[in-house]
This record gives sequence, structure tokens and C-alpha cells, in this order.
Amino acid sequence: MSALRVLAVDDSPTMRQMVAFSLREAGFEVSEAEDGADALAKARQEKYSCVVADVNMPKMDGITLIRELRRLPDYRFTPLLMLTTESGGEKKLEGKAAGATGWIVKPFDPQQLVATIRKVLG
Amino acid sequence: MAAIDLAQFQATFFAESREGLDAMEAGLLALESGAANAETINTVFRAAHSMKGGAATFGFTAITDTTHLAETLLDQLRAGRRAADAAFVDALLATVDALRAMLDAAERGLDAPAGIVRATCSRLDGLLGAASAPAASAAAAPPTGGWRIHFRPRPGLYASGNDPSRLLRELDALGRARVTCDLADLPPLSALDPVEARLAWRIDLEGDIPRDAVDGVFAWVDTECDLDIAPLPAIATPAAAPPADAPETRAAGSGAIEPGEHAETSMRVAVPKIDALINLVGELVINQASLKQRASLLDAAAAESLGACLDEIERNTRDLQEAVMAVRMVPVEALFSRFPRLVRDLAARLSKKVQLQTSGEGTELDKGVIERIVDPLVHLVRNALDHGLEPPEDRLRAGKPAAGTISLSASHQGGSIVIEVTDDGRGIDRARLVAKAAERGIAVDPGASDAEIWQLVFHPGLSTAGAITDISGRGVGMDVVRRNILALGGEVAIASEPGAGTRVTVRLPLTLAILDGMSVAVDGETYVLPLGYVVESLQVRPADVNLVAARHRVLRVRGEYLPLLAMRELFGSPGAAGAQRQPVAVVVESDGRKLALEIDELVGQQQVVVKSIESNYRRVDGVSGATILGDGRVALIVDVGGLARRYARVA
Repeated sequence: MSALRVLAVDDSPTMRQMVAFSLREAGFEVSEAEDGADALAKARQEKYSCVVADVNMPKMDGITLIRELRRLPDYRFTPLLMLTTESGGEKKLEGKAAGATGWIVKPFDPQQLVATIRKVLG
Repeated sequence: MAAIDLAQFQATFFAESREGLDAMEAGLLALESGAANAETINTVFRAAHSMKGGAATFGFTAITDTTHLAETLLDQLRAGRRAADAAFVDALLATVDALRAMLDAAERGLDAPAGIVRATCSRLDGLLGAASAPAASAAAAPPTGGWRIHFRPRPGLYASGNDPSRLLRELDALGRARVTCDLADLPPLSALDPVEARLAWRIDLEGDIPRDAVDGVFAWVDTECDLDIAPLPAIATPAAAPPADAPETRAAGSGAIEPGEHAETSMRVAVPKIDALINLVGELVINQASLKQRASLLDAAAAESLGACLDEIERNTRDLQEAVMAVRMVPVEALFSRFPRLVRDLAARLSKKVQLQTSGEGTELDKGVIERIVDPLVHLVRNALDHGLEPPEDRLRAGKPAAGTISLSASHQGGSIVIEVTDDGRGIDRARLVAKAAERGIAVDPGASDAEIWQLVFHPGLSTAGAITDISGRGVGMDVVRRNILALGGEVAIASEPGAGTRVTVRLPLTLAILDGMSVAVDGETYVLPLGYVVESLQVRPADVNLVAARHRVLRVRGEYLPLLAMRELFGSPGAAGAQRQPVAVVVESDGRKLALEIDELVGQQQVVVKSIESNYRRVDGVSGATILGDGRVALIVDVGGLARRYARVA
């Protein structure tokens, strides 16, 4: 069985690389996108099993990305997770309204991140 | 699972954070000048936000705390609950500086400078109106014997990517779950939409489980379901139903570790690696030229069959060389971006009003050149502000707007990049400058053109004298600026109009590693003249050569007399026997100074890879470097700028 593919979206290279690295270490195949627009283009080209997206990004924020992804037939039921800080209570609600599956709190513990992704991927 | 160590990303974090701080600074200055829009605020907010996230991951608590406060303030600004007044911008600019210090400390493995952290945080706290109260109250959760949960998803649950069976599995992982499916809401088959969630569940969860843990399972879906959670009444049936769902039905593809392709649009590379690449490509260029030269010695048939192949290699080599050089090119934005802050602070200190305009930030320049042009440029801008611009009241009296304008622009012109620093200040006072020069014993031709007079600004005797801090608009150290620019193979010129302002034009080579050269032969030796300086070449007719003071030769070129310098004498070539019957002169120009160089013949034009003589041997007058020719011989690159300064007259 081929590895599950996850799309990691964050405009901060540090955060994006840490997410991608943690998931790769855990055996996932990871692609990276640096903002919502980039992620949407990549998701249109290829079906990912899960998308982990930062909220605050230039060009297209994570919430708009999730709303756009949900409109694509391929992503109607796909786990779409927000990477957010504890302080972002309103953002979580906004994200949920846009169709987010859930969220991962920054700063994240790599093990927990991996566990969460495994969880949503069944 | 093995521990995942994220420490390797610290270097990325430091680099990203420094860029973020630069962006914050630029954004804050834009806010202050009213040039900001919503996206500017977002950019500043994001920079603080990203830095906070990274710092928290690595345990840099001082940075986390400070960026948290900054982020809170910026969030208020973003929400329109706060204005970007001077106090706000000042405090955040100070925060940017403090964060830089904290980053430096963290990078060196030191504790954050406590005084700075405390001062910064309390200043931000002061703005926030109260000591910040972080730390969400830890929920007290008395354990119980278990929970009875009624979980009724709303129809849209699946559309958020949540799967009820996952939630049930998670509950089961907390304790012992007895699950009953509640079919009450299930419509008849004809009306059933499979993408809607219509099943509900009752779960009795036994065990010493905190309420928080149960809430945590439903945290993602609490807006998409109706949920009743109550303590389990009494432990009744020990014989429980089997657990909710077979866990691990679809094990994630762990094990198969595959790096996969990661589409990255940029990456950081250490400069020495790039330099090594450039050096190697340089060697390749030399070998390719050598190959070509040897092929020309072959007989016609063999040469022809090789020729096409060699042409291809030549093209590839050239493309490769360009591509590698492009790696070193960075936008001058990196250079310009430091000026808004500098101008702001200096203007405040001098009580002047200034508007800084920049253009051409996208123009690319060799990183090495950028690093070495910083200081001269800072000096020029500082001078423009200090001496060029008048105080607001003087400006108003002169019918100008109170705020002066300094503009910084960059553009490509031929093989060079031109950076201009322009101010709309008082300009240079010619009479005062001449008077100062006379006072210092510098000979000035009263009939000299303005262009010649302005050059005096760069005269060491005038410009380095510490006592003269104000020579009608220009300050100290201009000769140093000029020397630094010349050392880069560049040129600097000045133009000024009284009352209207001054413009300093700096012309720089695109790169220091490669040069378009004209090869010339002198007594069998080859020399390279940088093409940028070459104006024209012509046959020297004896009738056009005159002697001045019985010693100095001048060449008449279209009615203009130029100093004529024999390269043979200049470099003392060994075979300096008899003069060539038909010598050739190459007219070169640097800084508005023209000079004719007498040579034996023109060899051709070519790109040469510059090798430093200074770093391998020592500085040699009249020579700016060396290169290796196609046949393996070394050719000296002539320092035309230096010669012109020594021998030429201003055109």
C-alpha cells in the first residue's frame, strides 16, 4: 500500500518544514504549499488524503482555502485540519463554519501531530 | 514511534524570523506614513504570529511572550479596535529591535537579555492597558465512575470530514464504551441521502475519565452535533457490549517511509557552495575556450566535424554560466529595505521632514556587490538628509513643501546597474565649494564646468576634513564613498542644481565574477580592457600625435586632445623594442575622464572570469585582476578607472 498523502500548508517555512518533516518521519508522503492559493492549485492537481493548513497566510488564508476545498468533489469528506494557536477561538469557529474537520494547536508536539493525523485518517 | 527531533529547524527559524522582523519594520513604517493598507497590517501580524509559533516550539519563551503581546496589539489594530498612533508604532519598532537581540541570544544559545525582555513586555503591556492575563484556567475535572453520552450528529457532520466511527473509537480508547446505535432519525430509504449523517449513538463510557477528555473527543464537532454528557448513573451491567468499532480498521500507511517529492519553491544555500559552483563554471569556461582554440589547429575536415559539437558546448557553457550567476543575484530590495528606518530615525533627530521614495526594488544585483555597497549608500542617503535637505521652515520660505523628498532608485543600464540617490534640497553652492577648495589649496580652474566642480566634493582634501561638516550641502567622507565604489569596479557621479537638489549616480557592475572584456595585444602579451570603459578604437596616425611639454603625448580625436598612454611603457613589457608601425589606440572613459591607450592590435571581445590578484599575490597598480585565456595563458585585466584617474583630464 502506498503511503497516505498529506498536504502541509503554511507561509512560515519553519512551521511548514516542521510539520512536513514530522509527518514524513511517521511515514506519510507530504507535499508542501506556502499559501492557500498554492495549496488549492496543488489540491486540484492531485488528491490528498488530508490537508493541514495554517490560518493566517498571504494570498489566500486557511479558512478560505478550506471553504474552496470543500467545494471540490474530491474534498467533500476529506479531513481538512487547521493549524492554529490556542488564542484563536473565533478562528476555530470560523474554520468550522467553512468546513474544517478540526484543528491542531501550535506549537505542536510532533508525536501528537502524527497521532492526530493518524486518527483522522482512520 | 521514535522521537522526532525538530532542533534541526532552528536555523530556518532564525532566518525566517529575521526576515519577518524586517517585514514588520517596513510595515510599521508604512503604517506610520499612512501608506499602509489592510494587507500591510496582516503582513506585520503574520510575521509576529509565525515567530511566536516557532519560538514556542523551540522553547524560546522570551520570544514567545514578547511576540504574543505584539500579536495581541496587532490583532486589535487589525480589528479596528486600536489606531496606529505614534506611541503604538514606536513601541512596536522598539519591540522589533528587542526581538532581534533576543534572536541573537537564542542563536548563540544564551538566555534572552532579561532587561530588554522586561522593558519590552512592560511597554507592550502598558499599551494593552493591563498586565496580560494568559494561561487559560486549567479546568478542574473531578473524576467520576464514567459518563453517559448521547451523541446526535447533525446532517452536515460528514461534510466537515469528521467520521463518527473515529469519535467512537477515541471514546473507546479512554475507557470501556458500550455503544448503542439510535436509529430514531433515520428516514425511509427513499428519502435517505447517504451524505447526510442520520444515525445517533448512546454511549456509556466507564472508567475514571476526566470530563475534559470526553469533551476533547467532541471538540471538533461540538457545532455539528447535539451532545448530552452526564455522569453515568450507576454501574449496572458489567457484562458490556463489545467495543464500538474494531480499532485500526485501516491502519495508516506507517512503515512505508518514503521521502516523496516535496515541491519547494525556494531554499537556502550557503554562499560558499554557490561560490564554489561559480568557480567551477569559470574553469569550465576556460577549458571550453581552450578546446575551441585547439580544434582550430586541426585540419579543415576534422575541425568541421568537431565544430558543431564545440559550438553546442559553448552555448551550453554560456547558459550554465548565466544560470549559475543568476543564483547569486538578489533583488536590491534587500538593500533598500533598511533605509525607511534609517531615514525615519535620522529625520527625527535632525527635526526634518522627509519622504523616502524607492523604485526599482526588483532590480537584481550580485549579492557580493550588494553587501559592499551598503555602507557607501548609507553614507549618501545620510548626507542627502543631513546636508542636502533644508529645515522645514527654510523649505517653506523657498516655496517648497515642508517635507523634503529623498529618492532611491535602481535600474539596469546595459551591463551595469545604476543606483541613484536624489534629494530635492538646496543643491550645491558652487561659489562656496570653490572658495573652500581655494582655502584648502586645491587648484581650481575658474572656467571649469559645473560637472568638474562637483567632482571636488569627492576630493580627499575637501571631503575628509572633519571640520567641514557642511560644504554647501555635502558632508564628510565622500572620498571614502567614492573609493569604495571604485573598488567594486563602479563609478560615482554627482549632479546638482542650486535650489532644486542633488543627484548622486552610482554605477556598478552586475557581478564581480565575470567581465565583458576587450582583449588587446601588446608585445605578444594579451591584456583585457573591461568593455564598459571602451569608447572606440582607431588607427594612430603620427600626424594626430602631439607632444605636450616635450614629454606627454596627446592624441587628437575629432578635435579633442586626449592623453595618449603606451601600454608597453605602462607595463614595461619585456619586448619593448621598436614601436609598432601601425599602432592602434583604444579610447577609454571612466567617470567622465577620457584617455587613449596605445596598443599593437585588437584581439577580440570575450567574457572573462575574473581572478583576484590581490588575494593571490598583492595589489598591483594599473591592474584590477587577471584571467586565464583559452590557450591557458594568463592575461592581466587593466584597471582603466585607476589609469584614468591618474592620467586623464576631465572631459
